[in-house]
Amino acid sequence: MEDDAPVIYGLEFQARALTAQTAETDAIRFLVGTQSLKFDNQIHIIDFDDENNVINKSVLLHDAGEIWHISGSPADKAVLTTCYSKTSESRVLTCAAVWRMPPEWESGNHESPDDSSNNPQTLELLCHLDNTAHGSVACVLWEPMGDGKRVISLAENHVLLWDLQESSTKATISSSATLEGKGQLKFTAGKWSPHHNNTQLATANDTAIRGWDLRSMSQIYCIENAHGQLVRDLDFNPNKQYYLASCGDDCKVKFWDVRHINEPVKCLEEHSHWVWSVRYNHSHDQLLLTGSSDSRVILSNMVSISSEPFGHLVDDDELSDNEESQQEDKGKEPLQDSIIATYEEHEDSVYAVEWSAADPWLFASLSYDGRLVINRVPRALKYRILL
Amino acid sequence: FMHGSSDKHSLFFNSATTPPDSDPSQRRRVHSMLKHYYGLNEEGKVTEQAESLDPCDINGPHFDPEVYLNKLRMECSLGELMDHESCMVKQIRSLDSDMQTLVYENYNKFISATDTIRKMKNDFKKMEDEMDCLSANMAAITEFSAHISGTLQDQHAQITKLSGVHTLLRKLQFLFELPARLNKCLELQAYAQAVSAHRRARCVLQQYSHMPSFRGIQDDCHVIMEQLAQQLRQKFRDGGSSAKDLSECVELLLQLDEPAEELCDKFLSHAQSRFEADLQGLEAELKDSPVTDTDILEFIDRGCNEFVSSLCLVIASYQELFINQMANGKLHVFVDTLAARYFSLVERRIQEEKGVSDNSLLVRALDRFHRRLQAISKLLPGSAVPSQGTEIVVRAARERIKQYLSALQTFYHDSLTDVRQALAAPRGATSKDATPSLPELLTSLSNFILNQLKSVLASVHLFTAKDITFSNKPYFKGEFCSQGVREGLVVSFIKFICQSSRQYCESAGDRGGSTPPALLLLLSRLCLDYETSTISYILTLTDEQFLVQHHTPVTPVTALCAEAREAAQKLLNHYVKVQGLIISQMLRKSVETRDWVNTIEPRNVRAVMKRVVEDTTSIDVQVGLLYEEGVRKAHSSDSSKRTFSVYSSSRQQIRYAPSYTPSAPMDTNLLSNIHKLFSERIDIFSPVEFNKVSVLTGIIKISLKTFLECVRLRTFGRYGLQQIQVDCHYLQMYLWRFVSDENLVHFLLDEIVGSAAHRCLDPSPMEQSVIEVICERG
Repeated sequence: MEDDAPVIYGLEFQARALTAQTAETDAIRFLVGTQSLKFDNQIHIIDFDDENNVINKSVLLHDAGEIWHISGSPADKAVLTTCYSKTSESRVLTCAAVWRMPPEWESGNHESPDDSSNNPQTLELLCHLDNTAHGSVACVLWEPMGDGKRVISLAENHVLLWDLQESSTKATISSSATLEGKGQLKFTAGKWSPHHNNTQLATANDTAIRGWDLRSMSQIYCIENAHGQLVRDLDFNPNKQYYLASCGDDCKVKFWDVRHINEPVKCLEEHSHWVWSVRYNHSHDQLLLTGSSDSRVILSNMVSISSEPFGHLVDDDELSDNEESQQEDKGKEPLQDSIIATYEEHEDSVYAVEWSAADPWLFASLSYDGRLVINRVPRALKYRILL
Repeated sequence: FMHGSSDKHSLFFNSATTPPDSDPSQRRRVHSMLKHYYGLNEEGKVTEQAESLDPCDINGPHFDPEVYLNKLRMECSLGELMDHESCMVKQIRSLDSDMQTLVYENYNKFISATDTIRKMKNDFKKMEDEMDCLSANMAAITEFSAHISGTLQDQHAQITKLSGVHTLLRKLQFLFELPARLNKCLELQAYAQAVSAHRRARCVLQQYSHMPSFRGIQDDCHVIMEQLAQQLRQKFRDGGSSAKDLSECVELLLQLDEPAEELCDKFLSHAQSRFEADLQGLEAELKDSPVTDTDILEFIDRGCNEFVSSLCLVIASYQELFINQMANGKLHVFVDTLAARYFSLVERRIQEEKGVSDNSLLVRALDRFHRRLQAISKLLPGSAVPSQGTEIVVRAARERIKQYLSALQTFYHDSLTDVRQALAAPRGATSKDATPSLPELLTSLSNFILNQLKSVLASVHLFTAKDITFSNKPYFKGEFCSQGVREGLVVSFIKFICQSSRQYCESAGDRGGSTPPALLLLLSRLCLDYETSTISYILTLTDEQFLVQHHTPVTPVTALCAEAREAAQKLLNHYVKVQGLIISQMLRKSVETRDWVNTIEPRNVRAVMKRVVEDTTSIDVQVGLLYEEGVRKAHSSDSSKRTFSVYSSSRQQIRYAPSYTPSAPMDTNLLSNIHKLFSERIDIFSPVEFNKVSVLTGIIKISLKTFLECVRLRTFGRYGLQQIQVDCHYLQMYLWRFVSDENLVHFLLDEIVGSAAHRCLDPSPMEQSVIEVICERG
């Protein structure tokens, strides 16, 4: 079973921000935000044609500033948020805003690159998540599987919960929390938990991971020194409500059960530099994607701590056909925790990895030099998980 | 007579050449020939048989004169015949004269013999008369004797009868006196005498018990003996008396037909009470006194002298007294229970022996303990006690090995703590001789450990010394050496070193943590030394000392070496990581805390960069103390100057000059990518080799990569970029010399400056010459 070769797409600019178009469940589509201080920044909409193994791109202009973070609405596929830096009076401030893609972007996208770059359409600003009082925004999080009316922004040491009203054209802070402590505290990453009725949030600042209850806006747990160095990213297991993965500058990926925060459940140390991004597969939570500044993307299979039954349970029905089950046995040795693949298509630091929202077997990774690589889970593994 | 002689005259032919009486030997020969002729001697037969049958032999018995004459006549000439004839005549003549002499001699002898015989006849007649007289006298004596004995017969019978009566009377007297005598004995406590007296009288009394008087005596005796038995029992019960007394007591009681089984029990229970006292004494010693009061040797001594020796005594006297199966069984049970208690006490005492300073004391104590038990095995062949004792010794030895292992481990930790303190001592403040340098610390640590291990081996070796009784037990010959000492002690210790070293990498935390980096470095070198030489040395030493025969599989040297090497590698990697992180932290703070947009025009190299170079240099020195230089890729013979110029002018210009001309936004990426295409991928936290250059390369890689990533997260103003330029140039000037491939430093610094330029709002780089001036100013 030969796997398809990875598909590589190059942006003209450096880029850090990548997201899947969360609300889109048919087309495989990723959004990439560029970083350039000299030119107008863009949002590239990357459409992947799975049948023909080709990429179609559209470019939207994002002239507010260079994009540090991007996130798509779970309800409306045309709505997205960005965190971008804005320079004013020799001060650099990272702001956040909610945008809508112009409705025509899809129609005029198959033109030559020259045309699109000459005449790109511009994003429509819906509203600012006004933060002048709270400082630079690290990221904006949509309510998972929500109605697209609630977002959280992490600004410096504040957690801000916004209500989007009037078709997202107006944002008001419904509640907020502030992390107090010694020194300059600053959130680096966060994740809205899809469990517990969307009432929990996890944030990372320095080496600590904190859990928050959004109803009371109070801290529920704190994993001090979760990593030896800075924590760079977090992700919740989509199927196990207490499980959380984190990664950081100590080159490690750690898995936590937030009920027992003294020790990580498991720890991976496969990267040879900082790990910047960690993502659970949305459907098969044993599949885990990590991206690192050692320019590698690693796909791991963490069977032992996934929601899948560990150690394959053979059903009686399957045993009825001897020949078949024997064949299966050969192929179905119980899967162990292991690295499935290391992807080395990148030549610069990989700051973002994302699973596709539409196809659970497909993922994209983005390196600083603007290279986007789309890969698939190896077929052999895919079939073993499915069958 | 004459005829015989003439018949034999030819005998003398050949011998008659000399006169026959000339000398004694000649005469003897002549005699022998005569003897021979008369067949007097036995030897003659042999010669006779050997004699020839030749009829021409003049001396042979078959001589035929006719044949001889004919032969002569035929063979000889006339002259010869004449000569022969005259010779023969001469010989005959001499023979004749010889014969005459002989005849004369014999005649004289015959005459004297006849005289002698006549004289003897006269003497015999006289003797016959005297003999007749003698026999007449003897007959008279016999008659007298018979007469006397006939008269004495009556008196003799009377005397015999009287003496019989006398003996009987004495016996009766003994019997009648017996009660009184027994009483007296009882008074004097001469029990043995009483018992023997009674025994002598018992049968008689029994036999004549139908007679009233004897019956009275018998009853009296019974009463007295009963009393005596009572007293004996009392004495037996009282205790206090010595084992010898006791056994005497038992012997007497046995003679008094006391039931043996009961006596066995009593004897043993009595002995038991005394052992109880001994054991309680031991136990009290165990409880009351702290271990320091009496050492184990004293304790065992006491146990041996009091308990074991009296046990032996009891066994011996018991076996003398009671010889049957039942008694033997009882004895075994008795000895076993007592020994079990004794053993439990000894074991408790041994367990308290935790100080590992002097093993010889313990070994001697165990030896004594074991040696004394051998006496029991001799006395009581089937007993399990000696083997149980051996087991105790084995357990003690096992325990000892464990204690030594933990002592070694503690020692190792303590040594490391010392090293840690030595490292923590302020180095710069004091003069050099005050604080030992790293290599000195390493050698002293390594020597400490080795010496300690050797002394432990020596201590353990005492268990197998030849003069120790238990050293020839199979356990001490085999398992003790291989599984105990080699595996349990030496191998475990080496493994422990490796393991604890690895723990330093894991538990110390990722932030540099509590372990000083120098210690990591030192331990790494220690493990590496172990891998290269020390392990095989230690194991060879052990194998030699203990003559280990590997019946059971043992850990091979190679496996241990591999483990040590792995530990060394891990430590060194961790060292690189920790040192890299320390420098990284400085760089990161310096990038993160500065406002790079609004910074002023650079005039100096930032202090943090100098600090980085200083730290790197001191790390270089530190690593250089313990590790070899290592190989670096050939670089230009000139100093940084030349490489610097390449870096600064040509490449750097090309690298990011176009990026601030809006016309070609793609070029930068393109060039950067092309560059990357030809350079190998750099693994930042990758394993390093065991040499200085590799270690330094690792540290610098980590530091510069951090610098790069931090720069990429910031936005720069014009002067911010220029400051980065200055800083990078400075680093370039100093760091290239530390790494294996200077291109690596170039590449990473290029990336940093390139990234900074990208992230610059107003990218106008500083003139290269100005940068150089600033950097050279310091």
